[in-house]
Amino acid sequence: MLSQNEIQEIEHEIKLVPYKKAALIESLKIVQKHRGWISNESVDEIAQHLGMSAAEVDSVATFYNLIFRKPVGKYVILLCDSISCYVMGYQKIYKALNEKLGIKYGETTSDKRFTLLPNACLGCCDRAPALMIGEDLYRDVTIEQLDGILQKYV
Amino acid sequence: MERPLTKDMKTDGTALDIKEYEKTGGYAALRKVIKEMQPVEVQTVVKDSKLKGRGGAGFSTGMKWGFVPMGPDAPKIKYLICNADEMEPGTFKDRWLLEGNPHQLIEGMIIAAYAIQANFSYVFLRWAYREAAKVIQKSLDEAYKAGYLGDNILGSAYSLHMYLHTGVGRYMCGEETALLNALEGKRATPRAKPPFPQISGLYGKPTIVNNVETLCCVPHIINNGADWFQDLSKSEDAGTKIYGVSGKVNRPGAWELPIGVTMGELIEEHAGGMKNGYKLKGILPGGASTDFLTTDHLDVKMDFNSVAAAGSRLGTGTMVVLDDGTCPVGFVHNLQHFFAQESCGWCTPCREGLPWIEKILLSLENGEGKEQDIELIDMHTKLLGPGNTFCALAPGAMEPLQSAIKYFKEDFMEHVRGKKCPYD
Repeated sequence: MLSQNEIQEIEHEIKLVPYKKAALIESLKIVQKHRGWISNESVDEIAQHLGMSAAEVDSVATFYNLIFRKPVGKYVILLCDSISCYVMGYQKIYKALNEKLGIKYGETTSDKRFTLLPNACLGCCDRAPALMIGEDLYRDVTIEQLDGILQKYV
Repeated sequence: MERPLTKDMKTDGTALDIKEYEKTGGYAALRKVIKEMQPVEVQTVVKDSKLKGRGGAGFSTGMKWGFVPMGPDAPKIKYLICNADEMEPGTFKDRWLLEGNPHQLIEGMIIAAYAIQANFSYVFLRWAYREAAKVIQKSLDEAYKAGYLGDNILGSAYSLHMYLHTGVGRYMCGEETALLNALEGKRATPRAKPPFPQISGLYGKPTIVNNVETLCCVPHIINNGADWFQDLSKSEDAGTKIYGVSGKVNRPGAWELPIGVTMGELIEEHAGGMKNGYKLKGILPGGASTDFLTTDHLDVKMDFNSVAAAGSRLGTGTMVVLDDGTCPVGFVHNLQHFFAQESCGWCTPCREGLPWIEKILLSLENGEGKEQDIELIDMHTKLLGPGNTFCALAPGAMEPLQSAIKYFKEDFMEHVRGKKCPYD
């Protein structure tokens, strides 16, 4: 069941568009904000609320990189793996994160604290390598800084 | 040297608020447009200024606006959209404009919307630009409060509502028709053209989609005139350009410069040359989907025609530098991985072709490739080239690949002969 808050926020988005379906991406964002990810049940509930089929909702949900169809940790680490970060050695940062947290891309730490994902160019190529944790951006990242950065997220 | 787009920005990189923006002359162009100019006059000035789209394609902005139906018989609802989905790998110019001076963009958008008589407007911003999202929402609120947005702007009969939409991550959203599908809540797949968005765009209504940097130029063109804008440049293209350099240079960064500075000037003077111990090997002039140029091209002017004549594209004007310590095969594998992942899957050549190219490149990089593999991927650069796919994603992906084979063939061969990456 969608919560009262979720319904209220989705209804607000529906008012801003010509027809209900057009609020789909916003609805997915709202439910993900409240629940962390989009489960099969969430797909059904959103579909019902917007008068669409679950398949149609899922086709959109699975299309976008930042809609999560599997549970994620409390904090999602988005590591830029695009070209300038490649030249500046993001692979070393990946390896260090992999060793420190014991997770590969797509995996979540056993304490559900972090999920590690690759991300397309974060648009700070002049200060590569770059990563985001939650909504925070880190640039010119070095392996030495990683412990200090990760400590902030408990 | 004038830097209209960036000269008023604060050195600490924080955004100008509405008061600070007004002090620099902000919203004077909007007042002038609303009080003294007809919409078509605005279109004419922008057309005469020779402003070309800064998102990569370089189409005349004024001409684009000119395709929108105008007058009493035109559709009542029209849209003006700012494409702020900056996701071209190696590109970081719009972030600067969005974070540093959001009101400059908003003013440009209001003037553009007025020019086509649109009453609704969106900033389509990629999710990852969190700071930009914050300052744009704040600036929109300020602009509404000041009467620059909303009903009856500055007491006129003209009304405009503007919203911030943050995307959920997909390179395809940068393609204007795919962006429209994303705004409509759908998968971001491209639409067939014609009809062009100027006639039938968002929700089937006339729509203009312009890049951030393009729209930021507009208030300055209104304030200073078409001739002034043309005189800013060092070449046949008009205005300034936000150029950038990333890779192993001493001072990677972005700078607003007259359009038409040379590649050599950018790398040597502005980016401070290559880092100690590294030599320049190749240049992607304008993002991941532009052809490589080399040290033979340092005199090439960074304007639309000059870069095209050299065999590449100006693209976004933010270059990525390949140094002699980085493997060109690994470099293009990274690019093809990106394009294969970001292909929307709508058309077969792109959906099927790019992952195969990525796999072949990986085997070459790992020393498992054969000489015929190089011919095979070279053949695919034609099969996935212009005219064979639904949109420009795969042809764009093929540009750095075909030129890498052309300029760095020996590096590919070395991987085959030595059965390993010589850069490891």
